[in-house]
Amino acid sequence: MTDINTYLREWTMPHVLCPGCAHGIVLRSFLEAVDQLQLDPDKLAMVAGIGCSSRLIGHVDFCTLHGTHGRAPAFATGLKLARPELNVVVLTGDGDALAIGGNHMIHAARRNIDITVLMLSNAIYGMTGGQSAPTTPEGAVASTTPAGNTEPMFDSCKLLIGAGASFVARVFAANPLEMTKVMADGITHPGFSFIEVISDCPEYFGRYNNIGGGANMLSWMTVQDEGVAGPLSAKRFVNHVPITVLSPALATGVLEREVRPVFSGIREG
Amino acid sequence: MSDVQLIQGNEACVRGALAVGCRFYAGYPITPSSEIAEQMVRLLPGIGGVFIQMEDEIASLASIIGASIAGTKAMTATSGPGFSLMQEHIGFATMAEVPCVIVNVMRGGPSTGLPTSPSQGDVMQARWGTHGDHPAIVLAPSSVGEVFDATVRAFNLSERFRTPVIVLYDEIVGHTRESVALPDSVEIVDRIQPNSDGSEFWPKRAAADGVPPMSAFGDGHRFHITGLTHGERGFPTNDPQVAEALITRLHRKVEAHAEEIIEVEVFMMDDAETAIFAYGIVGRSAREAVLRARADGVKVGLIRPLTLWPFPYAQVAEAAKQVDTLVVAEMNLGQLIGEVERAAVGQAEIVGYLRVDGEPITPTALLNVVASVSGGQA
Ligand code: SF4
Repeated sequence: MTDINTYLREWTMPHVLCPGCAHGIVLRSFLEAVDQLQLDPDKLAMVAGIGCSSRLIGHVDFCTLHGTHGRAPAFATGLKLARPELNVVVLTGDGDALAIGGNHMIHAARRNIDITVLMLSNAIYGMTGGQSAPTTPEGAVASTTPAGNTEPMFDSCKLLIGAGASFVARVFAANPLEMTKVMADGITHPGFSFIEVISDCPEYFGRYNNIGGGANMLSWMTVQDEGVAGPLSAKRFVNHVPITVLSPALATGVLEREVRPVFSGIREG
Repeated sequence: MSDVQLIQGNEACVRGALAVGCRFYAGYPITPSSEIAEQMVRLLPGIGGVFIQMEDEIASLASIIGASIAGTKAMTATSGPGFSLMQEHIGFATMAEVPCVIVNVMRGGPSTGLPTSPSQGDVMQARWGTHGDHPAIVLAPSSVGEVFDATVRAFNLSERFRTPVIVLYDEIVGHTRESVALPDSVEIVDRIQPNSDGSEFWPKRAAADGVPPMSAFGDGHRFHITGLTHGERGFPTNDPQVAEALITRLHRKVEAHAEEIIEVEVFMMDDAETAIFAYGIVGRSAREAVLRARADGVKVGLIRPLTLWPFPYAQVAEAAKQVDTLVVAEMNLGQLIGEVERAAVGQAEIVGYLRVDGEPITPTALLNVVASVSGGQA
């Protein structure tokens, strides 16, 4: 096993994350997956949008494209079609991927283009100061929902399965070994892979909703990841929810895996 | 040997793009530019290219930027409403210095406007549409043959200066069929490749002309591309000096080479007392009006920019010193007339002939304007 630090642009440190933010754990799990698969760093392109999670790609020593808010799947589509030998991984947040970028995400999934999307989901806009996101549970407090969110939230995995993604999974930042395994599976899966990583934002979501700091949020996550019977998975997860309101349970694990024709653009042969 | 064909402007655009090496097209259907996509999908696969119809114009431009970063020459085409959506990524491509070509076949606006009628209403949007201070290169062909040439030129300028280039023409130029002689080969300019190895490559360290060499993802230089303000190593910074240096360089690399970029047709200006300033389809009506007026002995000439941005201030200033009146004819409510006034600085009287009803400006209409300003019968 390689020293994970060799995949980092150490000179870009310190990173931009707040103390206790789980995004760093997620990045480490991803780098472990890259290492396990022995991916060639010269042929690994990471594409990101705007937000805390998207900023992670600046710190890794691959080919990194920090695009515009929500559009990473569209940039990634051009990269992959023009240069199929690249491994293309999109790193995005829940607001980036599901609000401003929702259209690009579902169409990339529908085409089943061979890229992997890691969506770091923390139910809030961290970088802009804690506004509510499409993943914010009902009742949760954000800077734009001071009395508690009254909008229903997206189940991103259901959305992506519906859109046609051929590999869909939900994993937890509190479970790094599983994250690495599922990420490696997603990267090697031929076709569009979508992985929602339940991360956290202690700085805003944790403070606004009295869930505590990073460590509290991670241990809370593990408790919520309960085994229940369901059509899609062995586990269900109740998202970061304030005590008063019960938000819909979310299925976890690998929720969809099917080999379908991969889209490579209209081209010869 | 050249190949004479009867084709429309939108087809000439495709032929020019393919001749200069475009191998990736992404677009979204919109009138009156859709023929470009429809031709591209037929011709690209046979020559090793890739076509994709994207979910909207925002994604279209994002994906051609992605393709260009992968080392492939790429373009998209659209019209007014789609051009509005593309502004976000015109800014990104300018900031990240990614070569790409955007064709805007102008139709009447604002909003959905007159989808099947010509207009020149996007001239200022092409210059200032995306936010922030930024340079712009915008070409304006008048005929089917010129669309071919402008598309070739757009790719070459884009590669030369690492910046998006816009080809702006209107519905009439896009849909008119003309016999054109297409050349067997065209001049091809490719982006300069770095000569340093992976670890030493700083993707935004510019050469003396202000243009940094460009590597492609997958070619062994692992580097970072961002729309955030960044230094020579390509990484974000808030350092005021670095910010100013970047924005200044982005402008300088275009403005310092304005002479290389600007093309203006100067027609029958030697003894002209009146000049018409017109571009695109209006330039053709103006040329006809000049010929007819000359037949009647009226001393009129034509200034027809094929490059709208950078604006040909020097050429217009020179004309303004010579003539009594400059007639500016545009299919909008007066967009370039302001630039003409800035260039003329009071040296000539500026008269606008502006039309926004979706109908073309005819030679007869211009002839009448020339007659009235030159005080005689034309
Ligand atoms: S604002 Fe939230 S998501 Fe962003 S770095 Fe801080 S803790 Fe992490």
